[in-house]
Amino acid sequence: MVRFENVGLRYGMGAEVLRDISFQIEPRSFQFLTGPSGAGKTTLLRLVLLSLKPTRGFIKLFGREASTLDKDAVTALRRRIGVVFQDFRLLDHLTTYENVALPLRVQGRDEASYRSEVVELLRWVGLGERMHVLPPVLSGGEKQRAAIARALIVRPELLLADEPTGNVDPTLARRLLRLFVELHKTGTAVVIATHDLTLMEQFDGARRLVLGEGHLHIYD
Amino acid sequence: MTSSRWSQLRSRLPGSTSGEIGGEKFAEPLKRNMPLIPADTIAGRALVTVIAIMTFLAAISAGAGVLVNDASRGWMDLVSREMTIQVKPRAGRDIEADVAAAANVARATTGVSSVRVFSKGDSEKLLEPWLGTGLDLGELPIPRLIVFERDANRAVDISALRDELLRKSPSASLDDHTLWMERLASMARTLVFIVIVIFLLVLTAMGLAVAFATRGAMAGTSEIVNVLHFVGAEDSFIAAQFKQHFLRLGLRGGAIGGGAAMLVFGLSATLAAWRAHTPAGDQIEALFGTFSLGLLGYAVIGAIAVGIAVLTGLVSRSIVFRHLRGLS
Repeated sequence: MVRFENVGLRYGMGAEVLRDISFQIEPRSFQFLTGPSGAGKTTLLRLVLLSLKPTRGFIKLFGREASTLDKDAVTALRRRIGVVFQDFRLLDHLTTYENVALPLRVQGRDEASYRSEVVELLRWVGLGERMHVLPPVLSGGEKQRAAIARALIVRPELLLADEPTGNVDPTLARRLLRLFVELHKTGTAVVIATHDLTLMEQFDGARRLVLGEGHLHIYD
Repeated sequence: MTSSRWSQLRSRLPGSTSGEIGGEKFAEPLKRNMPLIPADTIAGRALVTVIAIMTFLAAISAGAGVLVNDASRGWMDLVSREMTIQVKPRAGRDIEADVAAAANVARATTGVSSVRVFSKGDSEKLLEPWLGTGLDLGELPIPRLIVFERDANRAVDISALRDELLRKSPSASLDDHTLWMERLASMARTLVFIVIVIFLLVLTAMGLAVAFATRGAMAGTSEIVNVLHFVGAEDSFIAAQFKQHFLRLGLRGGAIGGGAAMLVFGLSATLAAWRAHTPAGDQIEALFGTFSLGLLGYAVIGAIAVGIAVLTGLVSRSIVFRHLRGLS
């Protein structure tokens, strides 16, 4: 599904922030991407999402080499990936419902065709009563769940979540993890970037990708 | 994954039965398909203001051009309809006989609809504004004037008329106001040219202002563009959203600016009508006409407002596409 080989990244003329990164993400797999703050977890996720270009190395996504893709192809691949951003990135002028429905709307689908699905997903993540509300009114946990719902609505083959429990209390963090685990069981490959050791201990079956000093260490 | 699967998953999640997750009420109707680019932002309001001002200035300059053009046509029509025969006193000739002969020539000419002969008294009165009243001008060799109007539907053969006058009244000369008309036409052309230049300058300034305002608005919406990219929006989709957004702003600004310009011309026409038949009003009307634009003028202003809105949409679309290409 995702394959990195000797990928390196530097910003400008600075030192490499990621060096010789090689790993694969298999379909239906579950992995934590961890490491200290500033280790490059978000940067690595952005490389997977093709919003950054590596300075060297080889990236293959869904069987296609990233360096050969044009913009439309990148867009098509992104539609197969769900992303939960650390800072949620909800659009403040749209309601929770509209934010969650956004990935379907940008595909040009008719609103009536996905309405019930979005409403059902909002219920699933516990935002059934908050679908009319604008994001500034939502609590941190609610924003987090709305961001997760937006990532899930396209039924992604791969879910990338950047510190999805960074803004919530431990109880809600456990619930959110459970949500990701249930999603994984339905066949979605999940990558959760986190430095929350407690969270990782709750799901022993997950692979751990540990970033440190620019290098990636894999613990299966 | 279908919606029923979401339901199945939901039942397996903690809190799903406690009411903390779930327990929905859907009394409120869903807001759907709201514009993806927020309409009421500071940058948006600034752009509407810029467009409104520019539309107003463009419409005023275009309206002024229409007025000047109409007024100059009126002047030329008026001047070209009249011609003057001047009979100068000459030693050894009876001026009254020459005047009568010249008037007869004018009356007999095809295309002349009316002839008015200025008597000696009338001619002396014409000099009063310069020489004052109470003077005996009887001893002065004052030329005599014959003014005649041309028939609008029939042409006057000026050359034949000149020859006939020379033959029957040698001291008479014909002034067909060609010099005046040339000057008037030249002045009107200059005025219309100036107005067109001002109009084009205003349009250029508006294009630049819209471009800068669009860039400013884009900078304020970069987060929205990023999110749209990450959720799988194509550039054409994003550009279409921005085009709609800026077209709406352009239409709003154009309507405000064009409406204000129409109001100004409407009020000017009303004021001119109120002041008609007063000395000042007559003077203004003689120079600028009735200030009435007519349907064509208002249609031009309406077209300018719509054109500016479309221009705004096109300029912004091009800028948005360039911006999106830069992001890749």
